[in-house]
Amino acid sequence: MGHDAQGTDAAASVDFKEVQSTEQFQELRKRHRSFVFPMAIAFLLWYFAYVLLADYAVGFMSTKVWGNINIGLILGLLQFVSTFAITGWYVSYSNRKLDPIASEIRHGIEGHEFDKHGNPVSGTAK
Amino acid sequence: MTLMVPAVNVAALKDTTLLNMGIFALFVAVTMVIVFRASRNNKTAADYYAAGRSFTGSQNGTAIAGDYLSAASFLGITGAIAINGYDGFMYSIGFLVAWLVALLLVAELLRNTGKFTMADVLSFRLKQRPVRIAAAISTLAVCFFYLLAQMAGAGSLISLLLGISDWGGQALVIIVVGALMIMYVLIGGMKGTTWVQIIKAMLLIAGAAVMTFWVLAIYGFNLSDLLGGAAETAKNPAVLNPGLQYGKSDTTKLDFMSLGLALVLGTAALPHVLMRFYTVPTAKEARKSVVWSIWLIGLFYLFTLVLGYGAAALVGADTIKGAPGGVNSAAPLLAFHLGGPLLLGFISAVAFATILAVVAGLTITAAASFAHDIYANVLAKGNADPDTEVRVARRTVIVIGILAIVGGIFANGQNVAFLVALAFAVAASANLPTIIYSLFWRKFTTQGAIWSMYGGLASAIILIALSPVVSGAKTSMIPGANFAIFPLSNPGIVSIPLAFFLGWLGTVLDKKTEDTTKQAEMEVRSLTGVGAEKATNH
Repeated sequence: MGHDAQGTDAAASVDFKEVQSTEQFQELRKRHRSFVFPMAIAFLLWYFAYVLLADYAVGFMSTKVWGNINIGLILGLLQFVSTFAITGWYVSYSNRKLDPIASEIRHGIEGHEFDKHGNPVSGTAK
Repeated sequence: MTLMVPAVNVAALKDTTLLNMGIFALFVAVTMVIVFRASRNNKTAADYYAAGRSFTGSQNGTAIAGDYLSAASFLGITGAIAINGYDGFMYSIGFLVAWLVALLLVAELLRNTGKFTMADVLSFRLKQRPVRIAAAISTLAVCFFYLLAQMAGAGSLISLLLGISDWGGQALVIIVVGALMIMYVLIGGMKGTTWVQIIKAMLLIAGAAVMTFWVLAIYGFNLSDLLGGAAETAKNPAVLNPGLQYGKSDTTKLDFMSLGLALVLGTAALPHVLMRFYTVPTAKEARKSVVWSIWLIGLFYLFTLVLGYGAAALVGADTIKGAPGGVNSAAPLLAFHLGGPLLLGFISAVAFATILAVVAGLTITAAASFAHDIYANVLAKGNADPDTEVRVARRTVIVIGILAIVGGIFANGQNVAFLVALAFAVAASANLPTIIYSLFWRKFTTQGAIWSMYGGLASAIILIALSPVVSGAKTSMIPGANFAIFPLSNPGIVSIPLAFFLGWLGTVLDKKTEDTTKQAEMEVRSLTGVGAEKATNH
């Protein structure tokens, strides 16, 4: 009873407090947080800096750089660029630093993994 | 090449009504066949709500883009740029950057800890009943306001696209759109709805791409010339600078900050977007979906920049404002200018399809939340038979569909921006603090969640009711009355920090502590994906 969010699964009898206290899990947690928190703060600061500039520094944003293209437009397009770049960065960080250790812990608990059709697969490769 | 533009003959649009209806009927026919085929495997609750968790990351990412790029995005942003220039572009940026919150902080962790709804995650390690009820209420509130906006948008679009301008005719069209939506969701469930989203997203992005290429070709692929053309047609070089719409006074400037906050924090808390993360088999696929949707949505918003300034240059703000449908008619009028009746017909059909698909996505989210959270877990105390739960969900679809039709008919002609802003502000205030706290703050308690969710929900709705959107201005919903004691039209700058504060306060004042075993389980599950439900096998 209680939360039945997962139904029956291989992890039902696992001592999660013990898993949580393992060095391996603490390392995964540290790697995850040390990437997503600073990154989230950085892009929010950059976004709000941009909004504040567009809101309160109209003269600066209207400075023409090339033809009719002004600083406001360039900074706006840079928001697109930074969003795409952070996305790519996070994916590569996850693939290198988070996924291997996460699936190791998962295998340790479940002993096996399923592919997307529900068939058991062996090894870490997907 | 001369840049003199012939005026768009708005009256000539009426001749294309039959064509518009034909293209739209074709879309409905094709998608209905797909929905029927997709529905053959709808057996369990996981099939009905989460499409058997069988979609790939790229399919789900396209469907997310379909859910997200509503008529408000396509018609609204293009129109906002065409009329207000640079200030319209700032919407695109807020809508896109918001996805980083979902990517970094929410999507994967949510996929790993939940099953069907947002409440699954919020109530994971807190007390089931109170948290589920609060999460379901805020889900229903956000979905309802979002639904009203889409239905009201459908009504005002019709006046331009199908040449129906009388109230009764528009009401009839809202009923037809609502009935179609109920059929899609009843028959197809999440799988059928997802396929409709995928097809619609591809049509919308393809249509926008063709128009963008066309506009750029007219200006020799020189963005500076296009901007110059827009400034020239508007006879106002300020359309290229920020501040045309929001720079009028200190209040409007603060209002823009408030909107910016609600947009960037609202997206990752929209229940219908969150629910999409359950349709994929693993957290890695959830990550792929967000990456895929960020690329599609970002690309689309780049198109809207060209389309908006293209409409400003080639059609002109005055023609757009004077056309039936007003600001929302910028994209269809640009299509008519470029490709004549055929392109207009295509773009109009895509706009209708967009409304239909978004409404279907919202309906299934609301139905899942009612059936899974309120019926199965609260009323039946977790002992509901899954078949009964799906039956309850299907009945809920009919009830919500009828409510949306009635609400849409009455909201027809109302200020659509009001409803969309309320949906975003409510989502960011009521849901986001609790999502973030319960995923990342070990000490977070039930009292903190309850205070934050109800406090955020109530403050957002009350502040909007007391804002100039509802009364006290010419553009208000009730222009005759004046009880607008809150000066901003978006409550985000007050209600979002308040909800975060209440979540913290409720937790530190709570004498009870939560089960640390559950906290450990949630943290381990969220980061590793242990025990997360896999795809069902067919």
